[in-house]
Order: sequence, then C-alpha cells, then structure tokens
Amino acid sequence: METIEYMGKTFSVDEDGFIDDFNNWCPEWEQWVKTVEGIEEINDEHRKLVTVLRDYYEKNGIAPMVRILSKVTGFKLKHIYELYPSGPGKGACKMAGLPKPTGCV
Amino acid sequence: MAKHETPLIDQLESGPWPSFVSDLKQEAESRAKNEKNIEYQIPQDCCDDLLGVLELSYKHGRTHWKHGGIVGVFGYGGGVIGRYCDQPEMFPGVAHFHTMRVSQPAGKYYTTKYIEDICDLWERRGSGLTNMHGATGDIIFLGTTTPQLEEVFWELGHNLNQDLGGSGSNLRTPSDCLGESRCEFACFDTQAICHDLTNEYQDELHRPAFPYKFKFKFDGCPNCCVAAIARSDLAFIGTWRDDIRIDQEAVKAYIGGEIPPNAGAHAGRDWGPFDIQKEVIDLCPTKCMRYEDGKLEINTPECTRCMHCINVMPRALRVGNDKGASLMVGAKAPILDGAQMATLLVPFIKVEPPYTEIKETVIEPIWDWWMEEGKNRERLGELIKREGMQKLLEVTGFKADPRMIQEPRSNPYVFWKADEVPGGFERDINEFRKFHQR
Repeated sequence: METIEYMGKTFSVDEDGFIDDFNNWCPEWEQWVKTVEGIEEINDEHRKLVTVLRDYYEKNGIAPMVRILSKVTGFKLKHIYELYPSGPGKGACKMAGLPKPTGCV
Repeated sequence: MAKHETPLIDQLESGPWPSFVSDLKQEAESRAKNEKNIEYQIPQDCCDDLLGVLELSYKHGRTHWKHGGIVGVFGYGGGVIGRYCDQPEMFPGVAHFHTMRVSQPAGKYYTTKYIEDICDLWERRGSGLTNMHGATGDIIFLGTTTPQLEEVFWELGHNLNQDLGGSGSNLRTPSDCLGESRCEFACFDTQAICHDLTNEYQDELHRPAFPYKFKFKFDGCPNCCVAAIARSDLAFIGTWRDDIRIDQEAVKAYIGGEIPPNAGAHAGRDWGPFDIQKEVIDLCPTKCMRYEDGKLEINTPECTRCMHCINVMPRALRVGNDKGASLMVGAKAPILDGAQMATLLVPFIKVEPPYTEIKETVIEPIWDWWMEEGKNRERLGELIKREGMQKLLEVTGFKADPRMIQEPRSNPYVFWKADEVPGGFERDINEFRKFHQR
C-alpha cells in the first residue's frame, strides 16, 4: 500500500491508485483522482456519476453494470468517457471510492 | 552473468523444441549489452527478473503475480492487462509487468518492416518480450510499466497506424482463418469481413458496454482452422448450397495413385494404396456418395458438407459455387455453468460486403437482446440457456428450423403462448364447476 498526501489528507491506495476503503472517501479524494484521471474540472455531471455509484454500492455491495449506470444517470457511454477518459471502471469508480474492478479485464 | 540463479528452468533449455528460456536469456543478454544504445524506458534487467520470478514459481509451485490490475489508456476501457509482481523488492524489474494487446491484421500476414517497427517500439518502451499471438488473436506486448502505456499507445497510433485490441466486458479482437488468401476451401473472404466488422464495431471493442465479453471468429469452411465453433460467441463458418464440384479425371488420378490422398498428410506412414471405397465412400457420414464404373457421384441433398471427401481429394473435389456461411452462437469455456460449443442460428447467409444483412439481422439484434437481458458476467451462451433458444429466434426474427436442433426435446414441458391456445389462459373456476362437481 502506498500513501498519498493531498490537500491535508492522507490516503492509502493500491498500485492502480484505488482507495483502500470505501469509507475513507472524501471530497479531497475526488480532487486527487481528478489530477490522475485526465479530468479538467469536476462538474455536476461528474458528481452525479459519483453519487449514483456510491449509492448503488452502498445498497448492493457491488458496482452497477455499465448499462444500469447509463440508465440511471441518463448518460450514454460516450458521454461517460467524455467525463471520465479512463471510462466508468478505472475513472468513475476510482473517483467514487469503489473497490477496484476484478475479473477477466 | 545472469542476475539470478535459475537451475530449474535451465533444464528447459535442453531438448529439440525451441526453448522459451533460451530466448528469454538471449533477450536479457541483449538488453544488458545494449549494442544499439537504446534508451530503455523500463528496467534494463526486466527479463532477468522475469526469469528470477519464474524460477521462484517453479520452486514454490505457485504464481507470484498479485491479483488483478486496472490500468489503461485514456479514451479506452480495455486493451491493457495490468499486472504486478508480489515480490517487488526481490524482482524490481517486474514490479510492473503490464500486458498490452495490439490488434493484429486478419490472417496474421506481416511485412518484416512492420514487425521491425513494432519491435523497435517495444524494445525501448517495454520488456522486448511478446506473445505471437494471444489465443484471441492479438499481438501481445508482454511487460511494461504504467507510465509507458500512454507512450506506447501514442507511438502505435501516430507512427505505426496501429490500434490496441480488446479486453474486458466488450467485443474482443475478432480473428479469422487465413481464408481465400491461400486456401481453396474458403467459402467467403474471412479476412475481409474480419477487418470490416473490427472497424465497424471499434466503439464496442474499446469501451466495455456489454454484460460480459463477446467474440467473433471467422472460419472459411467447416474445418474451422480458427476454431470459431468453440472459441467465439458468434461463429462464422463457411459453407455452400449447391453441388460439390467433381473432376472425374482427378478422381481417377487419386485411385491410380498419381496424387497422394489428403495432399500427402499421412505420408509419414505406409497406409497402403489409396482405397476410395474405404477412405472416402464408407467414411461419408451420410453415405451419400458412390463410386461406380469409374465415376464418383454425390447425392447433394443428403450431403452435410462435413468436408471429409474434399479434404481427402482436394484436387478432385471442390466446394460448390453458391457460397456463404452458417452462423452459430453461444460457445464458451466452462465457467460458470459448463462449456458450450456454438449452436446453429443461421443455416446459410451470403457473406458479401458491406455485410449489412449480417450486421442488421444477426449481430445487432443479438446484442440488443443480450445487453438488455444479460446478467452481470453472463455469456451469450448462458443467456440462451436461461431464456431459451426460442427467445433468441424471436429477437432475431429467424424462423425455427429442424437444422437448428440435433434432436427434438424428449421432455414434455412445452410452453405455449396465450394467443396460441383457443380461449387463452384466463379461465373462470365457476364455469368449470358447472360441469365438474367438487
């Protein structure tokens, strides 16, 4: 585990920069992820995705499928990539403080 | 002098087969010498450390790579398989050892110039090690660090006009047999459609939007040289509808021993003189052939186009002129609910550019259904099992056909739709009681 100090906060992350614990997420974490995921400015649409992801994870214990994320937010996949260039998994889930996606990726 | 002692894997340098250990050592040595003065962008000794970690795994009988890894390039959701060593202090050269999938040309034909160009790039920004090719077809760049991913991607795209392949829950890199490029059995241009569909569905390939992975493969004939029937969710297998073309003179030449059967494939052993009755007629699965009075005849309506007679006598028998493909769906490896080979969906379809019919009546309806109904990490083959082949026919609009089944069901648990049953399903128990007392 590496540690990152940013805006007065300390975060533990894995090699891929995912946060160690969903509960350690905070607004400063979002700002940090912004700097490494190719995002210029966090706007309401970025926040909407983060909120949906965090709500879904709290309720279901997993990240939503891409299709569900699109349906709930109303954002097409193309738009999600405009907001998060690394995509919903590496980009948005990382910012939302969700665990790292697994499986045959 | 090697960086690590590797007594176990050193044993794999003996024997006649090309040794991957010797090749790894050669690359390790070449990087140590660096005769071309390359500015290595990842540890110069990464090949030594790879040998070291592999030796340790041989000793322990366990892998030494950490679980998973999520890395990539901006704009794409796949293409790179992240990997980190679980002994980074011992083997710093492979602390990061990510794999990049690079999309390969259909049929895997190359020029030396192209190969040299990608080698130059990978020598500088990666380990210099590759897998030619991954089982799905990609060129595999084996081992680099996270900061190099965008650099490699930039050079691939800008200097080599080359894209990444697919990974994740998306359309994976399509691949094909070499088709009409050098095979007289090919019933459609496998390379052309492989290339066309790869380009058509770039978005689906680079940005995971599916419930799980999805693969296309293209085989020019039922010999299945790229194993489409076993290794792809949608398999294209070439076939024909008219007669097998018979050259009677060439048949006689086979019988006379002038042409070796199976193009000489069994020449390593004496199987006796060619016997057309024993080796062709009697082995035909539908027994639709006969050889009488010096003439070979095939009863086409009974022929299932298994390829056997054509394979045995390629200079005498040729596939028909009315060519196309059968499309088969649902093949997958065992996880989760058992291995499946593909099942026939479209008995015959013409395969001609721009492939509109295939795209609009097969691929896209299947995707629409599976994207909507597929559960998380459920392959198409499993969705077909769960919701039924009938459902697949409904969403694609193909009519049920005896060719789609090997045998009819043996159980009587038959579902009917309400509108197929006179009176429908809404019934009043009181009406029933008027005729049947409790």
